[in-house]
Amino acid sequence: MTTPVLEARPILEARNVSIRFGGVEALKKVSLRVAPGEVLALAGDNGAGKSTLIKVISGVYHPHEGELFFEGQPLEMREPQDARTKGIETIYQDLALADNLDVGSNIFLGREPMHRRFGVNVIDRAHMRKVARQVLDRLDIVIPDKKLTGPVRTLSGGQRQAIAIGRAIYWDARVLIMDEPTAALGVPEQRKVMELIQGLKAEGVAVILISHNLHDIFGVADRIMVLRRGELAGERLVKETDGDEVVRLMVGDEYAATKSAAHV
Amino acid sequence: MTDHTVDDKLGRLTLLTKLWPWLFLLALIVFFEAWAQIEVGRTFLFSSYNIQAILLAASAPLLLALGQTFVIITSGIDLSVGFVMGLAAVVVAQITLISGNTEIALFIGIVVTLLVCAISGWISGTLVARLGVPAFIGTLGMYGVARGAGFLSAGSGMTISIDNPLLEWLGTGWMPIIVTGLLLLVLHFVLSQTKFGQYTYAIGGNLQSAARAGIDVKRHLIKIYILSAAFAGIGGIVYTARYAAGAANAGESMLLDSIAAVVIGGASLFGGTGNVVGTLIGALIIAVIQFGLIFIDIDAFWQFIAVGVVIILSVLIDQYKDRLLRGA
Repeated sequence: MTTPVLEARPILEARNVSIRFGGVEALKKVSLRVAPGEVLALAGDNGAGKSTLIKVISGVYHPHEGELFFEGQPLEMREPQDARTKGIETIYQDLALADNLDVGSNIFLGREPMHRRFGVNVIDRAHMRKVARQVLDRLDIVIPDKKLTGPVRTLSGGQRQAIAIGRAIYWDARVLIMDEPTAALGVPEQRKVMELIQGLKAEGVAVILISHNLHDIFGVADRIMVLRRGELAGERLVKETDGDEVVRLMVGDEYAATKSAAHV
Repeated sequence: MTDHTVDDKLGRLTLLTKLWPWLFLLALIVFFEAWAQIEVGRTFLFSSYNIQAILLAASAPLLLALGQTFVIITSGIDLSVGFVMGLAAVVVAQITLISGNTEIALFIGIVVTLLVCAISGWISGTLVARLGVPAFIGTLGMYGVARGAGFLSAGSGMTISIDNPLLEWLGTGWMPIIVTGLLLLVLHFVLSQTKFGQYTYAIGGNLQSAARAGIDVKRHLIKIYILSAAFAGIGGIVYTARYAAGAANAGESMLLDSIAAVVIGGASLFGGTGNVVGTLIGALIIAVIQFGLIFIDIDAFWQFIAVGVVIILSVLIDQYKDRLLRGA
């Protein structure tokens, strides 16, 4: 099995990570590297260990074996907050927005800017509004003023996705982990999100993309890691592989063999 | 530009659904004033006695409703507030009497009472936040515990009379209203301007998002249940001050009024919305209905029907508002 060489120095690296839940080994000695400005796609069937792996590198799970490195330095994480302080931001499939709050409140959730008024510290809502507008402008997302200060549940799926991405980049994400970012979106909105990812890549952000959608993967990723039953089934540069090979890696050679035999 | 006119119309409708508690309160007052002028030839509103009576009637359920507002915004509910208020009413009288019934004794009584309430709130909060007990059940348990503890502390007579000049001063005239008003301002500030308030909304909007954003959701929820119980405790202390006696059933009828005030004020029981000013309007609406119907000499039982109808109406309007927003 050939493993593509990574030219640039990785910003984030996981070496031989294993994790068990009860008797089940969810990850078996999986390694991962991603460089600044690179889009790494994680592919695999349901239960292959994709979500488990990103939860390890975002500090939610603690591996039983293996090590993490950030810019070459060992990375110890006790909680997700530790990952975020390093600039490792995760956008979950359900976006993790507070639907009842406005755009600015969501961008600053948990890190609200304060200013002093009448001798006491209060939330600086004007600043939050200003930054919300700036972030949306940077992503080229149009939201009318009225909706900017209303609950985000009134916005479209693509706009909400943009807010989640905007929150991550506002906090200087250097590694952005995205779990199925296009799963719940219509086609034009999917395209918009792909554009956003291209933009982040150009700015030197390392993106780890989980996706079921091979079209998305081949459209935006540089490298693909395929997981199967908690193990690394293969790693390919996008320009050196095709959909058939990736699917074969995802489902396993035996299955693919029986399937093609049946077709003959 | 048709988009804009649709937007404007929608904006006005949304504004109307937001403002309706104010308009409804105004309509109630106008109605009672007109009735009083025409039928009895007296004024309803322009009498400091009536205003004081309405505000006094509103203040006790309002104190419970203020804490309840925070709880309901997190999509919880605190069923224990009524009997925690009763327990507090008894405990403040008992401890003050035991400590010698001086001014310092009253201070000790108040501190001990608030501590007892804080413990009750801590238990409710721990049940809900850390042990995963549904708020309805966890606080129903504390409803029973506080109820029993209140009657046991009161002894066989069920009420504890207390004659303490400072306490009497606290309970006379406008004092209970002033105390409630000041606390209302404090909680309005906390909910609308501080991180504590912001996190309360965030938890109600999406608990998991709040947790992922690094908010210590469990601790925050426990603090909110402590706040709720503490405000029930203050309600109990004010009750004992007003009537110079603590009764274990002091707040029994106020639990539902407190929830009603919050809901009429625009909070959703699904969490995420609500505010202190809305709750104030809700409490005033209930008090005006109760006092107004007595004032115009209508059978007192009608007030239950009237308040019930208002609660249903406010929930329907809330749902309509949500549909408006979604449709937008």
